[in-house]
Amino acid sequence: MEAIDIFSYFLLLLLLLSGVKVVTTSNVIHAAIFLVFTLATTAVLFILLSAEFVALVLILVYIGAVIVLFLFGVMITRAPLGPNAELDNDQNKLLAAVISLSIFGIFTYILLQTFDSTVVISEGTSTKLLGEILLSRFVFPFELVSFVLLGALIGGITLARKDNALMDEDQI
Amino acid sequence: MSIQPLLIAAAALFSIGIYGILVRRNAVMVLLSIELILNSVNINFVAFNAMLSDVFLNGQIFSIFIITIAAAEVGIGLAIVLMLFRNRETANINEFDLMKW
Repeated sequence: MEAIDIFSYFLLLLLLLSGVKVVTTSNVIHAAIFLVFTLATTAVLFILLSAEFVALVLILVYIGAVIVLFLFGVMITRAPLGPNAELDNDQNKLLAAVISLSIFGIFTYILLQTFDSTVVISEGTSTKLLGEILLSRFVFPFELVSFVLLGALIGGITLARKDNALMDEDQI
Repeated sequence: MSIQPLLIAAAALFSIGIYGILVRRNAVMVLLSIELILNSVNINFVAFNAMLSDVFLNGQIFSIFIITIAAAEVGIGLAIVLMLFRNRETANINEFDLMKW
């Protein structure tokens, strides 16, 4: 076993441990911080798989923007900071564990049946090729997704505005 | 390294996200678990892209699109949670049962 294999297994272990902590910790802020750990580990994994541009986009967009949005959401909805026993539905826990473990079991069974241990090639860089493809073959979806972002921006502002005329009850 | 550990780790992350969606009571935490699921799909796309050594890099491009759509989804989702909180004074999804039969 090569050193990079050991490093990859270590990364996958770290990914799963921090993912478990995201859904089991009883502290809202800790959940967001562990999501940062999960995403950072994923970014390192992407760099190992020679997808360095995707890794950087993941760091910029997720860790830079999405986590900040989550922290604002936590702040605005006045979620109690510190350990909070009210965060989980305790009567759902057993059922949720059974459902998620059975999904994991089915996936693992099918994946082990379908894929042999094909070696993943992880050499070289792909950013130059990615830029050329993104602006030639995928230029229409690339432009379309910018309109999706614009729509999300306007929709988010419209939904979250406080002086929304449609929400005003005496005007309806 | 081989493809199997990557796929199994992605499946495990997907199941962890499902568990989080089913268990969490705070709506912001449910959105956090959805991010875990989207992340596991990204891992699958990039791993398959590396395995097939695709000349058109379809896997990486799709994961970039997924990341973009996820950012838009978080913005809209948090705006909806904010509006619910403003109307109902709570972010607890157990209490949003207006349309429950």
